[in-house]
Amino acid sequence: MIGYLIRRIAGAALVLLALSAIVYALFYLAPSDPAILTCGKGCTPERLADVRAAMGLADPVWTQYWHFLEGVFTGRDYPAGPDVRHCPAPCLGYSFETDQPVTALLLDRIPVSFSLAIGAEVLSLAIGVGAGLLSGARRFRWLDRLVNGLVLAGYAVPVFLVGLLLLLLFCVHLRWLPFPTYVPFTTSPLLWAQNLLLPWISLAVIQTAAYARLTRAGLQETLAEDHIRTARAYGIPERRILRRRALRGALLPLITLTAVDVAAIMTSAVLTETMFGLPGVGQLLVGAVNQIDLPVVVGVTLLTGLIIVIANAAADFLYAAVDPRVQLR
Amino acid sequence: MTTAPSAPPVPSRALAALRRDRGFLTGAVIAGTMVLVAVTAPLLAALAGQDYTTYHDGLLDSARGGVPIGSFGGISGEHWLGVEPGTGRDLFARVVYGAQVSVGVALGATFLEVLLGVGFGVAAGLGGRWLDAGLSRVIDLVLSVPVLVMAISLLAIVPQDWPRPLLLATVIAVLGWGGTARISRGETLTLRTRDYVAAAQVAGAPWWRVARREILPGLTAPILTYAALLLPTNMVVEAGLSFLGVGVRPPTPSWGQMLSSATTWFRADPFYVFLPGLLLFLTLLSFVLVANGLRRALDPRQREVLR
Repeated sequence: MIGYLIRRIAGAALVLLALSAIVYALFYLAPSDPAILTCGKGCTPERLADVRAAMGLADPVWTQYWHFLEGVFTGRDYPAGPDVRHCPAPCLGYSFETDQPVTALLLDRIPVSFSLAIGAEVLSLAIGVGAGLLSGARRFRWLDRLVNGLVLAGYAVPVFLVGLLLLLLFCVHLRWLPFPTYVPFTTSPLLWAQNLLLPWISLAVIQTAAYARLTRAGLQETLAEDHIRTARAYGIPERRILRRRALRGALLPLITLTAVDVAAIMTSAVLTETMFGLPGVGQLLVGAVNQIDLPVVVGVTLLTGLIIVIANAAADFLYAAVDPRVQLR
Repeated sequence: MTTAPSAPPVPSRALAALRRDRGFLTGAVIAGTMVLVAVTAPLLAALAGQDYTTYHDGLLDSARGGVPIGSFGGISGEHWLGVEPGTGRDLFARVVYGAQVSVGVALGATFLEVLLGVGFGVAAGLGGRWLDAGLSRVIDLVLSVPVLVMAISLLAIVPQDWPRPLLLATVIAVLGWGGTARISRGETLTLRTRDYVAAAQVAGAPWWRVARREILPGLTAPILTYAALLLPTNMVVEAGLSFLGVGVRPPTPSWGQMLSSATTWFRADPFYVFLPGLLLFLTLLSFVLVANGLRRALDPRQREVLR
């Protein structure tokens, strides 16, 4: 187990390193001048020269990449003009456009994206598992049909279309909810949830159906196993069999999915955040693209890669932790 | 010695099942219509006597902020689907040219993904231990790339004058071939253990002939099923990218971009939201129905049901 742990973490670190190298190569060897892309919208010739010198863009690209890696672990100084900009330890670059370290910008936005992902995940797990258990244990044909239909529709309805319709219905037509604005959880949990409700629903619609289908399949598979038949032969009440034995087998595959899905939502919520005007990581990316702020673009790309790699590793560990049949080697 | 004949890639039983599948047939008809609309877009626009760039200021109600005059977004004999609020450009022309972008980019990206995925997958599956290990790591790497974020970033730094639809298809494909490669590799590893493949290898057939004659026919069904679902997925990605403003460049229309501009108009002119939204939904749904029908007909785990 420990050996596997170490190897899995080393593997994840290697994937991250490769990812960062590819991202760096793509963005700094691209046919566009990285200095202009870093300098931003209101670029003056003096600032352009400052940026070029500060980032060491005259050096060969591997030297630049090496400095970048150094910055991630030890921090880095950018001598721009007369002053020096300091970028502390996990330094992913410096945004000259906003005059802030990229890491600080990202840290500002992560709570919003995380709120979005975690709420949508909880919502879809609760409803999806509930519906899956109901249809798996009792054979409601209409529920099966609904779930199957929704899984199909999930591919056919882009999240921004769902979001647009929800906004149109609840904020414009019925006026039940205000237009979403982000309120931090620590300020007011109630307002936090109220404002995030529509984004959560639009993200959850598709996943709920997928979870319901998985739960149903898992439950039916477990109910067909020998130990359930034995329990039934002993006369243990069906309700108890369901709760004590079948549930565990049915929910195993979901646990591993959860980690991956939270990461998937966090990294693909660009559209939802733009749609609902939530100041998350995705919106930061879109803003940086419009402002021509390359360091932020690179930072967001690397952060989302990190989240996905961590989630994949976490899913593997969770799977082994909850299922005694899985042997890690 | 020649190689033994292998099973046909798509069994006739599957074709018969498809012909009876109402969902598949409905999907196929709608999807076919959309592809036809995309191909004949210039013809259709000419038939309507409109193009997608001409502004018609006279058709807009300037007192109400530029909303089209008349009901349902200004539908008339001249403008079959009304005009765009704010500019007065003909919506029928914009919608049919938008189909060209949506369908074209999705088809192109899927085609490239299959090419890349099958190529890497079969090479990994047929190659030796080291080649397989190396290529598998590459596939893992591709699968851990955040597709949407990476696509936005890449499209942002590419020079503006590169041909945009081709670029979109390429970017989507280069980031998204991991799944196809994984499936191709898995299937190839299974097919490799079959007697007819072993026979061909023992008979001294070179690897490329084994790949083409023995492996590829066996891959057709699973890859077809998977690619059919990639098509709507890629279409959603394209619509999303255009929605965010990194897709095709104006004045070229795309459904995602129309939806994005509709967000500023949806109080004043709701019809403008519904038109691209409904078209996108219908097209995606039709592709999904086709994919679902193919899966039911071709998936070996479901064959018993069909007999």
